[in-house]
Amino acid sequence: MNERNPTISKGIDWTLAWIYLLLVGIGITAIFAVTYKEGNPVLQSFLGFKTDYSKQFYFFLASGVIGVFILLTDSKFFTATANLWYAFGIFLLLLVFPFHSSVKGTESIIRFGGFQFQPAEFCKICVCLALAKYLSRPDTDFTKVRSQLIAAGIVLFPAALTLMQSETGLALVYFSFFIVMYREGLPSTILVIGFSLAGLVVATLLVEKNLLALILTGIAFLFIYFMGRQTRRRRFILFNVILLWLICVGVQRFGVPFAFKHVLKLYQVERIYSTVGKEVPKEYVEAHQRELEVQTGKKKDPDYNVKQSKIAIGSGGFAGKGLLRSTQTRYGFVPEQRTDFIFDTIGEGFGFIGSIVMLGIYLILLFRIVTMAERQRSVFSRCYAYGVAAVFFFHLTINIGMTIGLAPVIGIPLPFISYGGTSLLTFTILLFILIRLDADRQMVLR
Amino acid sequence: MPVFNQSRSRIIRIIFLATFLVLTAQIFHLQVISREYKKQADINAIFAKRIYPSRGIIFDRKNKAILNNILMYDLMVTPSEVKGIDTNYFCQLMEIDTAEFNKRIKIAIIKNKAFRPSAFEELLTPQKYARMEENMWRFSNGFFLQPRPVRSYPYNSAEHILGYINEVDTSIINKSNGFYLPGDYSGRTGLEQYYEKVLMGHRGTELWIKDNFNRLVGHYQSGAFDTVAVAGRNLRTYIDVEVQQLAEKLLTTKVGAIVAIEPKTGGIIAMASGPGYNPNDLTGPFKQKNYTKMVLDVSTPLYNRAIKGQYPGGSTYKPLGALIGLDEGVITPESGYPCRGAYYECTRPIKCLEKWPGHAANLRLAIAHSCNAFFSSTIRKTIDNPKYHNPRIGLTKWKEYCTAFGYGHRLGVDIPNENGGNIPDTTAYDKEYRGQWNSCTMTGGGLGIGQDKMLVTPLQMANAICIVANKGYYYLPHFVKSIDDENVEDTALINKFRKKHAVLTHISDDAYEVVISGMEDVTEVGTAAYIPKIPGINICAKTGTAQNKRVIDKKVVELKDHSLFVCFAPREDPKIAVSVIIENGGFGSTWAGPMAYLLIEKYLTDSLRADRLKEVDRIAATNLMPSYLTREQFKADSIRAFEWFRMTNDSSYIDKYTYEKIDDSLLPKRQTPLPAEKKKNTIAAVAIIDDKNFRKKSSFATSS
Repeated sequence: MNERNPTISKGIDWTLAWIYLLLVGIGITAIFAVTYKEGNPVLQSFLGFKTDYSKQFYFFLASGVIGVFILLTDSKFFTATANLWYAFGIFLLLLVFPFHSSVKGTESIIRFGGFQFQPAEFCKICVCLALAKYLSRPDTDFTKVRSQLIAAGIVLFPAALTLMQSETGLALVYFSFFIVMYREGLPSTILVIGFSLAGLVVATLLVEKNLLALILTGIAFLFIYFMGRQTRRRRFILFNVILLWLICVGVQRFGVPFAFKHVLKLYQVERIYSTVGKEVPKEYVEAHQRELEVQTGKKKDPDYNVKQSKIAIGSGGFAGKGLLRSTQTRYGFVPEQRTDFIFDTIGEGFGFIGSIVMLGIYLILLFRIVTMAERQRSVFSRCYAYGVAAVFFFHLTINIGMTIGLAPVIGIPLPFISYGGTSLLTFTILLFILIRLDADRQMVLR
Repeated sequence: MPVFNQSRSRIIRIIFLATFLVLTAQIFHLQVISREYKKQADINAIFAKRIYPSRGIIFDRKNKAILNNILMYDLMVTPSEVKGIDTNYFCQLMEIDTAEFNKRIKIAIIKNKAFRPSAFEELLTPQKYARMEENMWRFSNGFFLQPRPVRSYPYNSAEHILGYINEVDTSIINKSNGFYLPGDYSGRTGLEQYYEKVLMGHRGTELWIKDNFNRLVGHYQSGAFDTVAVAGRNLRTYIDVEVQQLAEKLLTTKVGAIVAIEPKTGGIIAMASGPGYNPNDLTGPFKQKNYTKMVLDVSTPLYNRAIKGQYPGGSTYKPLGALIGLDEGVITPESGYPCRGAYYECTRPIKCLEKWPGHAANLRLAIAHSCNAFFSSTIRKTIDNPKYHNPRIGLTKWKEYCTAFGYGHRLGVDIPNENGGNIPDTTAYDKEYRGQWNSCTMTGGGLGIGQDKMLVTPLQMANAICIVANKGYYYLPHFVKSIDDENVEDTALINKFRKKHAVLTHISDDAYEVVISGMEDVTEVGTAAYIPKIPGINICAKTGTAQNKRVIDKKVVELKDHSLFVCFAPREDPKIAVSVIIENGGFGSTWAGPMAYLLIEKYLTDSLRADRLKEVDRIAATNLMPSYLTREQFKADSIRAFEWFRMTNDSSYIDKYTYEKIDDSLLPKRQTPLPAEKKKNTIAAVAIIDDKNFRKKSSFATSS
């Protein structure tokens, strides 16, 4: 720390910084446990950049350097350039279409020399900044529908682009920004309607078609019966109820089947059904006949990953088997072990206790961020903080949820733990911008 | 600035918390409540490898290993690693074609997946092993040789005694209460089965970790849960393997059995059954093929006639009959019988081989000349013993003696599946004659000369002679003298063989002396006098010639007599007792007697004189296989071929049995008891084939 910039450490939220270091440390250890082969010299392979844990270690060093640079940056820089970043992010996303290289079925990766770069991952930061910027504009009145639509547009446009690169998981992450909007005054009815719709879709998967239609009709009739007196007085209630009923049945009878037949890919349908633990109905499979024909080779069990993942976590028991004594995670039974299913390593190695500690650390992280958000004077900083919390929350829930069979398997990483340079870098930048903004919370309003 | 919607921050926190609680609940369910996943994980990742100890070795009385372990080799393949080898050359070495090669690789992949080794060919023949071993460097990508201990019989001998081992089947696994697991081997017959617990030792288990490709990657928990394999213990037996080999050689192409016992211990020196087989045929690569062949052979080479064959005792019973008569007081050594060539006192005359007067003037002479009339009268006197006033009691008493001599029940030798023979009692005759019988009934049937309802096994005959030689006591006949590192359980197992059974010591020594003298006279002046003597050894013997009948093609046919011989030697200090039976061999002194002499000479002098060796070759070269066997084999094969045809419509086997194309070599040879018309019989065999189904499908239905 020198004279000109005596405040690099001043105002920094150390709790967050320690949690960050702790999580990255756990992550490297977990990757070590997965990929370490008995007999390898530990220190040598750690520094050799050959093994995954060594690579992750160097990614961490690189991320750390960038993190320090962010801390050195003036916090005004982020407010000033937020829209530029957004434009840059969109540009990168668009760049993928002509220049992508196909790796493991996704079309979202740009290869640059020996490095791979995934704009869809990086773009989260840009969206987070841009949304905060838009919401903090003095002339934005978020109670107006128009502003709400624009905000939704900011979020959903990159989501759509990501979806077009067949990265369903990363596209879904953008929906987490609705939490920010909710905090900033998005009417809760919209969220309620959203959740109800989601509930309806899930119900469609679980309950037989006609039975569900009957149930919905039954609910509508009960509603009209109990609201009988008011209905007679005010006709539009009746009208609304019937409209709602029509929409529900419409979604359930036509909307969902349409989406499953023509919008989603067969493997996505299979994943969704495997999450609720049901077989894919024949009509959906038949609708994807052409896709089936393209699929060559033997058919894989769509449930296999989740099954193996549950076995790995479940076999950990209460206290776990010990880091290098795990059998399921160390001997390759769970596919995508280092990246999407890294939580299995903790579950198997450290058991229920380890899992709970892990969840606890994440919960502390989220609560800390929310606390920080609420102490900001500037709307920008608050919105940005909520954005970070929302992104982390979504990643955590879906990632851990899919390893224990509660969420469909969409490939999104566990923040700070999963192997992968882009993801570690993205989360580091997200977090460090927040720390920078928070450190300057006493400064002028933005 | 006022903070809008601050309350919503609390709602967001609640949402976070609620979601985490849901996750926690599911993790709790997976890790703490459900036990299923732990099991699944073990199934996934732990492979229990069984370590088989080497089975115990069996030694003969001179400590020669007659059952040993050798290493044979399995050719193993790891399909995923098979790359860049010269398949043509490989196939040439293995004597297979490329199609077969591909098929085996496919089977290996189906069995064990591509990443784990499985057997390409089990138990290579020595020639193939030598070729592969030499060329292994060419095929080291994916192939390797894995040693496997296999039972071997260095003397190609004692198959019926030693038995064989085979993989356990479902019934054995179920019976064993989980002791045996699929893939284990267990003794099936003979000593291998009886001493299974001793020979097998203790299996060990090694827990290995396997990965998602089923490759074994290391010991589970550094072997903390592994158990060590303990080798099986060795058996020391009374068998003299050279005598055993001689016995087997003598029985070549004969149906019959030989048993030689050491009277003082009950230890069995040799036990052979003809026809036999080479025990090495039931180990190694052609095991199953050979086994099937043996099972389908109507001369039943797998059948141990020495303990399972039940024959009329014939004249070999006479020394026992004499002892019973003497002890019951119905005859004395001086008793004689005025035999004129037959016994006429009962309804049917019983013929005697000798006609000259005085050949049964006293007991010794009667035994020496095997007088049928004398012994028929003796058993009548025994049954009608005035002491009891009732033939029922007399017969019961007689049976008691026979039981004491070891007849009519299983002796309990230490190899399984023994038969007990038969000694009739009052109920048997009551049943047949509705209670209306007297002493003449069985005497007329020939009970006094070891026929009628009396059936004995060769082992029982030898054992009875041991009792005579020992003057009243015996040890249960057995093979195993001792077990290496004998423990309490082993002692319990073999203690019964160490117990002396003094069953008939109440018969006076004088009685034994006179009977033994009679038996010595047999070899001096009697029925076996013309068999060349062994210098310096006094043999006490009794010949036997038993009539027998057999149902062949639904007709009872009188076959050539069985040739029987029992003896012990030397008289002064009995060291070996032998019983020999040659089915349809004629007189006892023709075949059975010379064989017994050769065994005694071999055992007592440890060698054979030069002219005796020629005699051995002469006997071995003689074919005494009953001719009805050819006929039976033809019938069995043709019926099986028909069954096969009916099931599969494949006529390749049945073709050679059809009426027109009949192969002359398969037809039975003409012989005395063969029913007249050959043609008729062939038609009888084909007549079974002649049914509706057959007519529809068959092209040669018209020919039948």
